[in-house]
Amino acid sequence: MVLATYVRDLEAPKLPPPSNLKSIRHHLRENYFSSLGSGAMTVVLGSLLLWLAWRIVGFAIIDAVWTGTSSEACVSTDGTVIGACWPVVSQKFGQWIYGFYPVAERWRINICAVAFVAGLVPMLTPSVPYKMVNVVYLLVVFPLAAFVLLTGGNFDLSPGSYAGVVCLALLVAASLPLLIFGVDEGTSRNSLGLALAGAAFILWGASFISQVDFTVFGVSLDSGLLSVASGCVSLWVILSDSVGRRSRALRFWSVGIVALLASMLLLDIDFGLVPVETAQWGGLTVTLVVSITGIAASLPLGILLALGRQSNMPAIRIMSVGFIEFVRGVPLITVLFMASVMLPLFLPPGMNFDKLLRALVGVALFSSAYMAEVVRGGLQAVPKGQYEGATALGLSYWQMMAKIILPQALKISIPNIVSNFIVLFKDTTLVLIIGLFDLLAMAQTGLRDAAWASPVTASTGYLAIALIYWAFCFSMSRYAIYTERRLHTGHKR
Amino acid sequence: MQALAVVVLLFLFFEVTQNMRSNLSRMNQDFGFAFLSKSAGFDIVQALVPYSTGSSYSRALFVGFLNTLLISALCIVAATFLGFLVGVMRLSKNRLAAGVATLYIEFFRNVPVLLQIFVWYSLVILQILPAPKNALAVFDIAYLSNRGMIMPLPIFGEGAIYGLVGLVSAIVGGLALVFWANYRQNSTGKPFPKFWGSLGLVIVFPFCGLALAGFPITFDVPVRTAFSFSGGLVVVPELMALFLALSIYYATYIAEAVRAGIQAVNHGQTEAAHALGLTRGQTLRKVVIPQAMRVVVPPLISIYLGITKASSLAVAIGYPDLIAIGGTVLNQTGKAIELVSIWMVIYLCISLIMSSLMNWFNNRMKLVER
Repeated sequence: MVLATYVRDLEAPKLPPPSNLKSIRHHLRENYFSSLGSGAMTVVLGSLLLWLAWRIVGFAIIDAVWTGTSSEACVSTDGTVIGACWPVVSQKFGQWIYGFYPVAERWRINICAVAFVAGLVPMLTPSVPYKMVNVVYLLVVFPLAAFVLLTGGNFDLSPGSYAGVVCLALLVAASLPLLIFGVDEGTSRNSLGLALAGAAFILWGASFISQVDFTVFGVSLDSGLLSVASGCVSLWVILSDSVGRRSRALRFWSVGIVALLASMLLLDIDFGLVPVETAQWGGLTVTLVVSITGIAASLPLGILLALGRQSNMPAIRIMSVGFIEFVRGVPLITVLFMASVMLPLFLPPGMNFDKLLRALVGVALFSSAYMAEVVRGGLQAVPKGQYEGATALGLSYWQMMAKIILPQALKISIPNIVSNFIVLFKDTTLVLIIGLFDLLAMAQTGLRDAAWASPVTASTGYLAIALIYWAFCFSMSRYAIYTERRLHTGHKR
Repeated sequence: MQALAVVVLLFLFFEVTQNMRSNLSRMNQDFGFAFLSKSAGFDIVQALVPYSTGSSYSRALFVGFLNTLLISALCIVAATFLGFLVGVMRLSKNRLAAGVATLYIEFFRNVPVLLQIFVWYSLVILQILPAPKNALAVFDIAYLSNRGMIMPLPIFGEGAIYGLVGLVSAIVGGLALVFWANYRQNSTGKPFPKFWGSLGLVIVFPFCGLALAGFPITFDVPVRTAFSFSGGLVVVPELMALFLALSIYYATYIAEAVRAGIQAVNHGQTEAAHALGLTRGQTLRKVVIPQAMRVVVPPLISIYLGITKASSLAVAIGYPDLIAIGGTVLNQTGKAIELVSIWMVIYLCISLIMSSLMNWFNNRMKLVER
């Protein structure tokens, strides 16, 4: 009997060993010389890379000058090749970091930096608890302290401004019963307070439009008295009820007014610090101030704009879309020019904005439009069932957004938000065009110094600056990748 | 709430115009575009249309606008080529190639483009390139020095119009050929080499046209003089620096978009194409790239928009683009509001045109499902 033809009579060829047992030679062949073209590419790119590495090492280390006090150290007299002139960096480094900030006062910037890092590191480390306290520290305590430290504080607020803030807070208090008891019951309980508040508001508006004794917080006497009266009535309405005493809205309001008055007091107190005008700020300090403020302001603004763009209310939607599309359509330079040359024309005479502040406004508005588009992408990626589920549970719009939609949407858009931050950080260099001295502008000024004139000054300086920027951007992008992986709870395919 | 928002907006608008009017009258200025017809009185280093110091402000701004378009177009083309190359390299099986591409992307993407522009301009071009006296010569017809690059300038004589006619007819013929080839392939399944066919047309027709007219093209070759050059087409150093910096910087973004696009094509598609017996090249051309393009094009268009907007950085090194010339005009006339609005309107128009192109493309390429 013949064996069936499908039965093998020869032994099957042996399989190659598993990949973890492969030799280095095999690895090289697989990954670098798999074909003729690949091999040629390896040779060409490899030699290019080696050449480049050799040049860079030669420039930055082997031929570099490490010590010296003037440009003489970096100028070749006997024809030897001179690489990087590092003394120029160490000489100018202080200026790059602090700008024209008075040398005796530089410790203030250092304290701010330490305080910021002390808040940021626990914020960015997922395992550290008390995130809420940390957020309050980073968004309220630190900015105020840094502002006072950097400018010197002692702003001489007039007593009128305190009165103005109290009046405004009391005016706002009229809306508290509406929040606590609901619109209908609140209106009926607090009709007197609301009427007084309305009258105060109208009076205030009238005096504002007719430009009678207009100051920033200067509420004129009549409207001030009316708002005090309205606030007292409203507070009495709330406090005379047992529900009101436990209300979160009331707590928020009182914490808010206390915090506001405390921060005003902080700005008012004379700590004996030498005042430093923003014109003296410069270097990395300005770069970081602009970018951190821009980041902190653009995220909430962007979220609001994105919500406005998705809103059901046509007027709000049109305004948001108009703003976003307009800003995204023009270059940042034009926005900065607008902030620096047009904004003063738009403000009432006598109201003067600081140059740095104008740039900040421009950067924050510009980047909020981009942020809005990123957040919108996240909002659209949240399944519709989430919206419907939240509505079915009876959540209000803001509750739905804050507790259900935004946490998911922001999580999805974290990588894009961070890449937006990186773009913003790089874009802060543009402020030098409107005459602010950021890190890049400071470095350029320093490199033109005649005392350090040598053929390698500029290349050394630019290399150092590029590395500083690179380190910031690269670490941000790595953190984004890390967060993305950590938050990826879904089903990765 | 809507009404409140509208009221606040209107109130702000009212406040702003009120303040603007009072501020302008305080500074003895008026609002209007009449200044545009006045004589500019400054020179522009590079103008694509005839321009002299006596030309009007509007002419100067137009020159700047053309320069903006020029630099944007150049950078878009170069960044696209470089970006596709690097993006494909990053996915290469050769680990060294992938590594070099990653290194390139991670380095150039994380350094501000303005810094790169300064490095190219004040370091590489102005400092490292030789003075015109010792300019690097390419076959003695083009020269590279720190005053820019000087190339032969083609001058079209009489009859060159035949070449243009040839080009136009070649484009029309090429389109017809592609149309016919698609039709034939759809009905009979026989492919036709439409790319090479239309490329041949585009080369042959203008050549014939020019041959008929007896090649009326002469070249204005630059000639070395004692310290500089005379004649030729001069590419100013500012343009070179801006071109290099923007192309290299934005190529990293394009490379990332290309990589994402290629990776978005399901591996099953490639396997199916292989199973159908397509060669590697055919798989790439007919299966992977068309599907990858669908993912690549939307970010690509926004990168192009980014390049156009970033060309405004020209002002930092003094290349006469729209912003730089507008800035000069602003300094001379003090018409801040007018100039900033001119800038914004022009850039907005460019953006709108580009984004409508993108929408058109997206609609065309959208997967038609069921």
